[in-house]
Amino acid sequence: MEKFTTHTGIGVPLRRSNVDTDQIIPAVYLKRVTRTGFEDALFAAWRGDESFILNQDEYKAGSVLVAGPDFGTGSSREHAVWALKDYGFKVVLASRFADIFRGNSGKQGLVTGIVSQENIELIWKLLETEPGKEITVSLEDRTVTVGELTVPFEIDDYVRWRLMEGLDDIGLTLQNEADITAFEATRDAWRPKTLPAKTDEKFVVEAARPAQ
Amino acid sequence: MGTTLAEKLWADHLVRKGEDGAPDLIYIDLHMCHEVTSPQAFEGLRLAGRQVRRPDLTIATEDHNTPTLDIDKPIADLTSRTQVDTLRNNAKEFGIRIHSLGDADQGIVHVVGPQLGLTMPGMTVVCGDSHTSTHGAFGSLAFGIGTSEVEHVLATQTLPLKPFKTMAINVDGELPEGSTAKDIILAIIAKIGTGGGQGYVLEYRGEAIRKLSMEARMTICNMSIEAGARAGMIAPDETTFEYVKGRPHAPEGADWDAAVDYWRTLTTDDDAVFDTEVTLNAADLEPFVTWGTNPGQGLPLSATVPNPAEIADADEREAAANAIKYMGLTPGQPLRDLAIDTVFLGSCTNGRIEDLRAAAEIIQGRTKAPHTRMLVVPGSARVRLQAEQEGLDKVFIEFGAEWRNAGCSMCLGMNPDQLKPEERSASTSNRNFEGRQGKGGRTHLVSPLVAAATAIRGTLSSPADLADADVLVGAGA
Repeated sequence: MEKFTTHTGIGVPLRRSNVDTDQIIPAVYLKRVTRTGFEDALFAAWRGDESFILNQDEYKAGSVLVAGPDFGTGSSREHAVWALKDYGFKVVLASRFADIFRGNSGKQGLVTGIVSQENIELIWKLLETEPGKEITVSLEDRTVTVGELTVPFEIDDYVRWRLMEGLDDIGLTLQNEADITAFEATRDAWRPKTLPAKTDEKFVVEAARPAQ
Repeated sequence: MGTTLAEKLWADHLVRKGEDGAPDLIYIDLHMCHEVTSPQAFEGLRLAGRQVRRPDLTIATEDHNTPTLDIDKPIADLTSRTQVDTLRNNAKEFGIRIHSLGDADQGIVHVVGPQLGLTMPGMTVVCGDSHTSTHGAFGSLAFGIGTSEVEHVLATQTLPLKPFKTMAINVDGELPEGSTAKDIILAIIAKIGTGGGQGYVLEYRGEAIRKLSMEARMTICNMSIEAGARAGMIAPDETTFEYVKGRPHAPEGADWDAAVDYWRTLTTDDDAVFDTEVTLNAADLEPFVTWGTNPGQGLPLSATVPNPAEIADADEREAAANAIKYMGLTPGQPLRDLAIDTVFLGSCTNGRIEDLRAAAEIIQGRTKAPHTRMLVVPGSARVRLQAEQEGLDKVFIEFGAEWRNAGCSMCLGMNPDQLKPEERSASTSNRNFEGRQGKGGRTHLVSPLVAAATAIRGTLSSPADLADADVLVGAGA
């Protein structure tokens, strides 16, 4: 993962609360088996509307999304993060984020900064008064700067450290593999195992189509 | 000070305590996979040359994309077929148990786990699906994860996590006849909002919860995510043990006794303190339906479409106005008058046998409204088989409903089961987001009882409205 310290880019004011992951990327786009190439799917339902913010020339190249509260609610689809990243977003700012979305973002290097709704309103006004205006997000200082305005944002300390170092979670966990093995030795015998597979014998069904 | 159920489960799965602000490392007892959120995780393993650490704690099933018709033919949609084939290939390559389309144990991952007896109290359960909270009904810590976390669990059988906050949701009193678990959870979400549970594990408690069946408890825990919560749980009791006992993967003999001894300890201590508490009286609950485009926008069926002008909070006012516009509604319109094009009975929220039985009981011997289509999609192949053995399929077919094969289906419209633009549905699923059930589709979330009554009357209805409905239908309305 790339290290993140500071980013400057065009701010996009998205005046909507409860932007759920079905809005960020509708389910029909989830059928791909790759991790990239989702840029066309971002906000697909809204992109057809000419007045939608990302259809306005000044905002098209945006990389810092400034959204209303409860951004990323709903489904756990990480595709929402991939779509935002593939489009070019590096940062999303909002006063509240859904937990899973925020977790997914942290794993993928998309910064989710929590900014008070009062400050979000101020940023919205600045971005709308001067479309295409740039925002600077400093992960080091935990600040957002738009013109003369500098406001703080919150982000989990550990996530911030990991983003700044560009570290991979799995690699970090595997450094403690001995602990995992030791824990496994203490697990109770009753805890279920999926293998060997057991099934309910009550209904015997022939597979309509044998698994390949 | 005592500890809550969630805290006990956390402590029992702690592999390593995080230091200096690092998250704790939590062991995962059961990991379920499906075709949509797993391909990129397996690809990640392959690229890094990693193996699945515990294939014996992992299970896969095909559900999100799978068609509910012609399941004996190749999947017509090529991208869906590729995704399903990818899961099959990954399962084979990494040695993971898979239940494919046509197998008796295929179905929605959250229906399959409990029915196989793989979900039981005292576990940590994860899946790349937000409705994994369903499994919390057994007194487990169960939550949805993203694809990076799926990869992490596959590789390490653990997750780095920060402890969740705890919230008690006390549901006192007795649920009136005609009201169900679905109405309880819709009322809770309307009360605390779609963000009210953010960062929390919800523990549902109280007299009304204790009286619920396991299937009803699963309905409630399933929708915890709709209140923004990571997980929802209910302490296990005799109802739970009874449900688990005898299932294919349930412990036996001495293991069973040891398990039950442990499970009985899984309650929140009397002197434990929750970070937040919310109380609701079940006796006040009428059938609840949603009018808007998030699950928090719900009201009793007897209410009218709200007037945004009367909403004080600016954000909520704007959200309500947007929702009313999208849903094609008028403020002040009685919810009961809304004509419904499609009734969807199914999903991981309400696609279990008890849900099908409840709906079948209402429609039996009655006539479907001519302009309303009803789609019945069992949550799993085994639910379908059981329903067929009980003759429920015939009740639905005679009524004029479509009896389908198992899967997620119209809950999220990834397969051909979708709403058309402006088509209005009464759906027993969990999300009424814009376009969720098909582009431009309008979703009202309801209980199976309301779904059944709605299919009869053709407008949003509860079983209590049915005396009138028969007259209307008889008059050719």
